Amino acid sequence: MNAKRTDKIATGILYGVAALVVIILLALLGFILIEGVPKISWHFLTAPALAFEAGGGIGIQLFNSFYLLFLALLISLPISLGAGIYLNEYAPQNTVTSLIRTTIEILSSLPSVVVGLFGYLFFVVQFKLGFSILSGAFALTVFNLPILTRSIEEALANISDSQREAGYALGLSRWETVTKIVVPAALPSIITGIVLSAGRIFGEAAALIYTAGQSAPALDFSDWNPFNISSPLSPLRPAETLAVHIWKINSEGIMPDAKAVSAGSSAVLIIAVLLFNFLARWLGKRLYKHLTAE
Amino acid sequence: MDKIRESLLKKSLASKIERRGKAVSLFCLALIVGVVFLIFYFVASRGLATFFQNHINLWQFLSGTEWNPGTTGANGQPDVGALPMIVGSFLITILSALIATPFAIGTAVFMTEISPRRGAKVLRPVTELLVGIPSVVYGFIGLQVVVPFVRHTFGGSGYGILSGTFVLFVMILPTVTSMSADALNAVPRYYREASLALGATRWQTIYKVVLRAAIPGMLTAIVFGMARAFGEALAVQMVIGNATLLPHNLVSPASTLTSILTMGIGNTVMGSLQNNALWSLAMILLLMSLVFNLAIRYIGRKGKLNNER
Repeated sequence: MNAKRTDKIATGILYGVAALVVIILLALLGFILIEGVPKISWHFLTAPALAFEAGGGIGIQLFNSFYLLFLALLISLPISLGAGIYLNEYAPQNTVTSLIRTTIEILSSLPSVVVGLFGYLFFVVQFKLGFSILSGAFALTVFNLPILTRSIEEALANISDSQREAGYALGLSRWETVTKIVVPAALPSIITGIVLSAGRIFGEAAALIYTAGQSAPALDFSDWNPFNISSPLSPLRPAETLAVHIWKINSEGIMPDAKAVSAGSSAVLIIAVLLFNFLARWLGKRLYKHLTAE
Repeated sequence: MDKIRESLLKKSLASKIERRGKAVSLFCLALIVGVVFLIFYFVASRGLATFFQNHINLWQFLSGTEWNPGTTGANGQPDVGALPMIVGSFLITILSALIATPFAIGTAVFMTEISPRRGAKVLRPVTELLVGIPSVVYGFIGLQVVVPFVRHTFGGSGYGILSGTFVLFVMILPTVTSMSADALNAVPRYYREASLALGATRWQTIYKVVLRAAIPGMLTAIVFGMARAFGEALAVQMVIGNATLLPHNLVSPASTLTSILTMGIGNTVMGSLQNNALWSLAMILLLMSLVFNLAIRYIGRKGKLNNER
């Protein structure tokens, strides 16, 4: 067999493999969307879930998912921003810094179920927060911190040193240069990083089962006082999210239309992740244009 | 005069802010590092209790095949043999990585070497998007599609190692593909040009030059995929059947460390042997994720050395 023929055969095989992978991946997306999208209706998105009869919705779960996402980002963003700034702007190049980087890498590679178990032990049991939004938000923060820190650090590292030198030349201190020049310049990529990590948080379930809990008590959407337990804003109520809901109804098997509800919920999750992805790209580009006057 | 003297000797506002800012950002970093140590401390303190408080033999724990922490076994000690779960976890990880690797590398080669334009326009965004699909969705699809398929084709209940392997294969495929593509893209262009100039065909260039130069990067991608597969909990738990038996074949119900953990933690009393034994499983998970991490670092360092030589 000569080299030319081998080349042709190999190319053919590679085409085949790539086509097969594309088919698998498209079938995956197609299955979720075709099964799930017809189930989505206004009623499905807003009605509370029914445990023992068909026709329930995912209203509370959807709200919980967004609320938890919001809280988790609220807590993790300032911490990651600070850590990212220190790592990129202040940290000296030495063994300690590289050890710290390793530690953060280890945190990002921990299985999410371990993060969830830690959250259970630490927030739920030790701090007696119980199965609550707050425990869930903290667990998601632990889960999100390494990823967000990394992306912020990278965003800052991509800003050229001439910007910093310009700041120093104007007599700004290091901190002022960072907060007034470097961070604004890196803002588009920071926001892209935040939105992408939001997509991950939104679909996370393993870290939440034993922190935010697996039940979604009825909420009174007219009561916005966070100190009332039935208020949607109450941080101490248990809050099953959409992803946890899919897992729970499938492993319990008492809901008669569990399949339809999980198909619909999966489609909602996928669409949300898609939206987060597009939003990240669009927002990044838009902000870059806006800030650089291009 | 005094005012000038004072302003010269005192710290300026800017330097105060500077100090404060540096301290705050250092504190944030310390917080993250602290969290990592807390995780290790908490999981280890519970996980080690099985051996120090309940006096379970470590070897017995790792090699025993009976998992029933509530009852006492034939040797007068509680049945806490974690071998079925350990075997399940490793089997499922290795099998899914074995299946995913050729597909992932083939696709990555296709999108970087054969059809870069289509790769960049279609394949890249699709794979990157699929990396973000929540794992419960994979589990749900596994339950709806893979389990019935395995049941019809191979018999049995459909729940088992094979179904878990298929689900994890699809789940890690996008991750491994996009990381392998990064590794291939990082191979300098002049490597290819040199090879083509010597008269090599495209396939010879790919096989003899590009793939070899990208080996460390692709190994990293595979180990990364394995780490993801090993730590995945819910998607696997939904399709594996969760029987704590040593798997005899690929289609009988089995279990993994993660699946037993998700099932059990909520049903056991904190501080009891049943509970401690579960935390020991969590500790194995933690240690394995460290091992994967070390492997990735080792490969990375070796790759750097090879390229410098």
